Amino acid sequence: MAARALTITSGKGGVGKTTLTANLGVALAMQGQRVVVIDADVGLRNLDVMLGLENRIVYDLVDVIEGRCRLRQAMVRDKRLSELFLLPAAQTRDKSAVQPGDMVRVSDSLREQFDFILIDSPAGIEQGFRYAVAPADGVLIVTNPEVTAVRDADRVIGLIEAEEKGPARLVINRLKPNLVRQGEMLAISDVVELLSIDLLGVVPEDQAVLGAANRGQPLAFSENSSQAGRAFHNIAQRLQGQDVPFLTFQEPSFLQRIFDFARSGGMGS
Amino acid sequence: MRALERLFGGRGRESASGSVAKERLRLVLAHDRTSISPALLGTLKDELIAVISRHVAIDPDQVQVTVSQSGRESRLVADIPLMDRGKRSKR
Ligand SMILES: Nc1ncnc2c1ncn2[C@@H]1O[C@H](COP(=O)(O)OP(=O)(O)OP(=O)(O)O)[C@@H](O)[C@H]1O
Ligand SMILES: [Mg+2]
Repeated sequence: MAARALTITSGKGGVGKTTLTANLGVALAMQGQRVVVIDADVGLRNLDVMLGLENRIVYDLVDVIEGRCRLRQAMVRDKRLSELFLLPAAQTRDKSAVQPGDMVRVSDSLREQFDFILIDSPAGIEQGFRYAVAPADGVLIVTNPEVTAVRDADRVIGLIEAEEKGPARLVINRLKPNLVRQGEMLAISDVVELLSIDLLGVVPEDQAVLGAANRGQPLAFSENSSQAGRAFHNIAQRLQGQDVPFLTFQEPSFLQRIFDFARSGGMGS
Repeated sequence: MRALERLFGGRGRESASGSVAKERLRLVLAHDRTSISPALLGTLKDELIAVISRHVAIDPDQVQVTVSQSGRESRLVADIPLMDRGKRSKR
């Protein structure tokens, strides 16, 4: 079966596209899928360091496009997971080095050997976004439960719909359940209602994400040691068509509410 | 009081910033999704009133022209109450 190409994009920068791409790559490969992750953020590459593969890069995406090497030579195999590959971005070039047609050609020549092609899009809605979504069979929109991120996500969803890139699916990242509980953060249902697209997954705010990036060892490697790691694995399973229930960190139990109540100073607050 | 409401999962969130964010986003997205600015809505309303009043009696103060959202679809909605006969004769 030919690979599905999925582009991870967001409009707003810094919401977690690269984190999601790296973790989904790891989770899918752990679940037995053959995966290639493509860093489409030419000039600002990050996926290599998130995956801890920065020292193994010889060639990059632009070298492939400009014919300085063959596609296979540019792909870095992850030694921890034999079915996970990275196609790195060029660091010393800019986004004008890549055209939408280039990404379509590169992706097409990868389809036969893989199950999933994950493309980490740059922020914004310009050239970089355009070429990143060009080969996509599906698009994952990453957002944070914040006014600015949701607004930008809505703009991108509109552009994706106009290009008929299939229904975009939503990943809400950095949810803080206790803030939602206090009414001080948009709830999952609010974001889904505002954007009116299918929810693929919710990843909570998790300090361990930073440590994982520091080490170049995505959280998904240990799927049950954190809620975020679990969430990435659930999303990976949903991408394969499995029906996995959503984690329930958003609804506090009565005990939890009593606990919060006591901590907030009770009636005095 | 807010704390007590929170304890019982009640209506404490009504004035919290999460619901303010949602309400603001609702309006912002409605405008982002169409190219209809508030100014253009005003123009449309004025011209609709002018055209319709030529044929039927309406109360210009009650006319509302808005962009409404259902899912990701936007539609222009004009609510134009007709002036009832009793009211008209009183004028
Ligand atoms: N669930 C999370 N919990 C805590 N921190 C997170 C989470 N997701 C992402 N982060 C942090 O947010 C920052 C930005 O993440 P990331 O680089 O993945 O975003 P991005 O969307 O790829 O950014 P850019 O638009 O610059 O490419 C990083 O420091 C990362 O550690
Ligand atoms: Mg990134």
